[in-house]
Amino acid sequence: MKILVCITHVPDTTSKISFSGDALNKDGLQFIIGPYDDYALARAIELKEQHGGTVTVLNVGTAETDQIIRKALAIGADDAVRIDAEPTGSFFVAKQIAEYAKDKGFDLILMGRESIDFNGGLVHGMVGELLGLPVVTPVMRMDVDGGKAKMEKEIDGGKQQVEAELPLVAGCQEPIAEWKIPSMRGIMSARSKPLEVIPPVGVDTKVAFSAFEEPAPRKGCTFVDAGNEKELVDLLRNEAKVI
Amino acid sequence: MAVIAFLEIEGGELKKSSQEVAAYASALAKQVGEEGVGVVAEDVSSVPSFGLSKVVKVSSCTDAKACAEALAKIAEEQSASLVVLPHSTFAESVSAILSIKLEASAVTNVIGFPETAGSFVVKKGIYSGKAFTKVTLNGAKKVLTLKKNSFGVGEAGADLTVEANGATGSADSRITVTGEEKAQGDILLPEADLVVSAGRGLKGPENWGMVEDLAKVLGAATACSKPVSDADWRPHHEHVGQTGVKISPNLYIAIGISGSIQHLAGVSSSKTIVVINTDPEAPFFKAADYGIIGDAFEVVPRLVEALK
Ligand SMILES: Cc1cc2nc3c(=O)[nH]c(=O)nc-3n(C[C@H](O)[C@H](O)[C@H](O)COP(=O)(O)OP(=O)(O)OC[C@H]3O[C@@H](n4cnc5c(N)ncnc54)[C@H](O)[C@@H]3O)c2cc1C
Repeated sequence: MKILVCITHVPDTTSKISFSGDALNKDGLQFIIGPYDDYALARAIELKEQHGGTVTVLNVGTAETDQIIRKALAIGADDAVRIDAEPTGSFFVAKQIAEYAKDKGFDLILMGRESIDFNGGLVHGMVGELLGLPVVTPVMRMDVDGGKAKMEKEIDGGKQQVEAELPLVAGCQEPIAEWKIPSMRGIMSARSKPLEVIPPVGVDTKVAFSAFEEPAPRKGCTFVDAGNEKELVDLLRNEAKVI
Repeated sequence: MAVIAFLEIEGGELKKSSQEVAAYASALAKQVGEEGVGVVAEDVSSVPSFGLSKVVKVSSCTDAKACAEALAKIAEEQSASLVVLPHSTFAESVSAILSIKLEASAVTNVIGFPETAGSFVVKKGIYSGKAFTKVTLNGAKKVLTLKKNSFGVGEAGADLTVEANGATGSADSRITVTGEEKAQGDILLPEADLVVSAGRGLKGPENWGMVEDLAKVLGAATACSKPVSDADWRPHHEHVGQTGVKISPNLYIAIGISGSIQHLAGVSSSKTIVVINTDPEAPFFKAADYGIIGDAFEVVPRLVEALK
């Protein structure tokens, strides 16, 4: 089985986000594989262990992302591709992935349900539509049996079990697998695994991001003494007017 | 020319998030001198207009692909340049496919009204609620999903009879649904205006009775932190935060939750936040509007009484 896992390069979830002008202030930020993508990668490696085959990781990004690509190789991917471009929007990224994947015969194209930087959640759907493949998202369990994937996905207010023919595209989320930590051996072998860097295809991005801002601070916390819950109810009714 | 609003129905009524989409699309249509047209997929004979001039029903809209196809046909038929959808799990999938079909600019989780003078610019949250950005949509056609509780619903307006429309799409025959479990009778978390949530401070699933009592007197949905759903104390779909459901209710009550940055990422855009925690140093108090420092096992039952 040939599996492609698309990963994003995002600030660690504990990061404080700030901007210098119109750019993210990267000083002191640690970058990680997007947590949802990390679930997809972990499941891909488990599926490879069960069924054989290969796991290729793909990232659309500049050279700064090599560090997380090496981490994905250390976790157990066999090879990697970096499409050498700033990921400037969902459509741009989807188009790069689709162009790369169209003639490679992947059985599964997995990625996280959304990136945690721009929170778009569109790329898997777009890739599926561009390649004419079925898309299932957000997937919480996935098993492969013959030419089919059996999956459980989240729906509004519940979950649904679905079966789909391979090849397919899936957006993944927990609890599809547990995040994997690279082993020492994995880290050593990752250094010699192939990482191919290829140029992007020209795409009209269709969107432009600008004018970043941080949320307004809250007005501060009004404390109510324990035992005085009636006062809280009164504040919620008459001051906040939310109940 | 028209602005299309994709509307979801639950229990025969427009979902709250779809009421907002209807109000948003019709306000936008008015601003640019076009018609606001609602599209529903479920069987419903009439819906409140929220300013839309008509609502049509498409048939066989059983999955995201079918729905995107039907919407693309209607967008073409109405020469619509803009389609607005709610930000539900389903509509998000529809929007991705639809944007490719229409060759449109697509932005999800939009907050508030766009700037339409010159370029079309919307605001959206990024870095899971830690920042905002403005996005310019350069395409002639545009697809937006609207974040819940970011615009308001305004006046419901008179009921509109839903008109049948021939547009259909075909479901993806390669995907078969083999089962489905839906929370019955509960208030759906992503749609809820009021949410009561609890964390590891509650010590075990057997202590959720008081959380449910509080949710019941308020008419609120229940939620939880990630360790709670990881330990199977509560179902996975109740988990809010960075890797869970992102919500923006009017009221979020956090009980025995420390307020980690990953938890806050999913709830920080709630209008009002109440925190109940024994630890005065719990980080959540910094993000709260109201706080009670105290033992949940005493505070919550008293709060339930005070609300009765
Ligand atoms: C990549 C990543 C993604 C993550 N995503 C999420 C996410 O989406 N959502 C999420 O929630 N977490 C997420 N986490 C986990 C997060 O970091 C925290 O570990 C988690 O939110 C803590 O949950 P908690 O507040 O319930 O538990 P704790 O941090 O253990 O806090 C329990 C709180 O209960 C209080 N308490 C104890 N007893 C009582 C009592 N009797 N009455 C009142 N208060 C009491 C304590 O003072 C404490 O503040 C993520 C972590 C990572 C690394």
